[in-house]
Amino acid sequence: MTQPGIRVTHWTQASSRSVGFVVALLVALIFVPLVAGANTVDRLTTLYLYVILAAMWNALAGYGGLVSVGQQAFVGLGAYAAIKLAAYMSAYPALIIGGLLAGAVSLPISSIVLRLRGGEFAVGMWVVAAIAHLLVILDPTINGETGTSLLALSAFAAETRRAVNYWLSQGAMVVFLGLLFVLLRSRIGAAVQAIRDDEDAAASVGVRVLAIKRLIFVLAAFGCAIAGALWLATAITFQPRTYFGLQWTAYMIFMVIVGGLGRFEGPILGATLFFLVEEIFGAAGVWYLIVLGTTAILFALFAPRGIWGVIEDRYGLRLLPLGYVVSAIDIEGASPPSRTPVRETEGETISSAIKASAQTQLAGSEK
Amino acid sequence: MHGDGALLACAGIHKRFGALVVLDNVDFALKADEAVGIVGPNGAGKTTLLSVLSGAQRPSRGAISFQGMNVTALDAVRRCRIGIARSHQIPRPFAAMSVFENAYVGASAGGNLHGSLAYDHVIDILRLCGMLTIANRAAGSLGLLDRKRLELARALATRPKVLLLDEIGGGLTDSEAIELVATIHEVRRRGIAIVWIEHVVRILVQIVERLICLDAGRVIASGSPHAVLTDPMVVKAYLGGTAA
Repeated sequence: MTQPGIRVTHWTQASSRSVGFVVALLVALIFVPLVAGANTVDRLTTLYLYVILAAMWNALAGYGGLVSVGQQAFVGLGAYAAIKLAAYMSAYPALIIGGLLAGAVSLPISSIVLRLRGGEFAVGMWVVAAIAHLLVILDPTINGETGTSLLALSAFAAETRRAVNYWLSQGAMVVFLGLLFVLLRSRIGAAVQAIRDDEDAAASVGVRVLAIKRLIFVLAAFGCAIAGALWLATAITFQPRTYFGLQWTAYMIFMVIVGGLGRFEGPILGATLFFLVEEIFGAAGVWYLIVLGTTAILFALFAPRGIWGVIEDRYGLRLLPLGYVVSAIDIEGASPPSRTPVRETEGETISSAIKASAQTQLAGSEK
Repeated sequence: MHGDGALLACAGIHKRFGALVVLDNVDFALKADEAVGIVGPNGAGKTTLLSVLSGAQRPSRGAISFQGMNVTALDAVRRCRIGIARSHQIPRPFAAMSVFENAYVGASAGGNLHGSLAYDHVIDILRLCGMLTIANRAAGSLGLLDRKRLELARALATRPKVLLLDEIGGGLTDSEAIELVATIHEVRRRGIAIVWIEHVVRILVQIVERLICLDAGRVIASGSPHAVLTDPMVVKAYLGGTAA
């Protein structure tokens, strides 16, 4: 049963190095609030929250095939739950517990929306977001669309608040991206992608379709809810229209499509680009949004794999790999082959290694 | 262990879509290690029977048993996990994933294998199906022949006790047909029972020891390939309608 000469790679040396680099970078970034100015700290905090949102939308759409246009439901509910809880506890516990509670709301919601497929799911999620928005406005303490503020935050000095927000956002980013990475590298990752490509075929090979879709859906909801709560921590004011606004989903789609749909590195790159574009052109108002939308459409039409997809195809670069590569051991030292197509020499090596045994096997069975 | 010796059996299967009766009181039994072919004209209900056996569709009436256990209420996922695997007539690859990953999903989900056990099993199956050299190719880039092979490989990767095949032999050249027959022989040698729908009878008869002919949702003949293919009812239903 063992397979001499043939090796399956799920990890490469290059990926060990890139993960090492990412860890080192993240450790270094912990010290930013101690050395950098207020403006830098605030902006990086925003970037981290964008990365979380983009990664969550990518998990849903790029890996799970669940195209949601209603993730703002969880962004808004995360912030709302934090506001409500702040009446009973200190601000920061309220933000964290609020985010988690809002994420947990996705469990009952999943039983309904995951029955829907494709476009129906997308519309269903929009409806969920609209309903969540309307229900929150009904709460008299929110003052309708006027909104309210998380006043409990004023108990902290501005400097402390800034640093804590930064660390919480960075921590949340590490936790959610880490969870997603481990999940997608496990057997579940392959099953999720199978569901994305053909749900019925996935069921026919034993994939527990609903349970796995639910896992991804709930994870993405937790990520968005925590991001919403932390956004409130930086903004302090809560206006329902802003937090339940469709623009969240538009941003997420932009970041993922431009960065690279269905690639782990894609949304990180996309969020960084989006962040830079917003920094530079954000003041241009409506025109900024028009350019943003046009860019996303152009990418979807002409570079559907996004920037990271193009890089990956051209350089065979896979920093945080999720896939599997089969190679023969007698070409050790050679970098793993790109997925499509198998390099000619490589194919030859494998074929010579296996042809003999395949032929003896077939010859034996014909006797 | 298996009661009367039937590995997979169904009794009194009816399937209707609205007013259309697709399966009409079908009884069928398959012994362990047996290979049975299903023939019949287009629209006879062959694929529907396979879907009912695999759990992709529920019968309107009737019961299905596997290893003496009533599995009528089990869905396709659970039937796959207890050892009933199928291939699809129109291939349904996981297009964005590689050939290896397609089969790996079968081995890890349906076959419940982990880590290197799953890898070894998948490589073994890909070799058996002649797909190892293209293991890293994206399934969406495959031609029809390789897509059909992948259907077979993915089903085998789930470690089935019964393999339900739906027209994997169509459009093959002679040498490809010989390869396919050799692969299926090896599958049988490993103790996997087979139910095979196939229009290409010359391929089918090299494997199966029993044929069943369906027409308009009913079993009109069952027995040795020679007996079934010369049965007047079969000749009338199967060959009479079209120039076969």
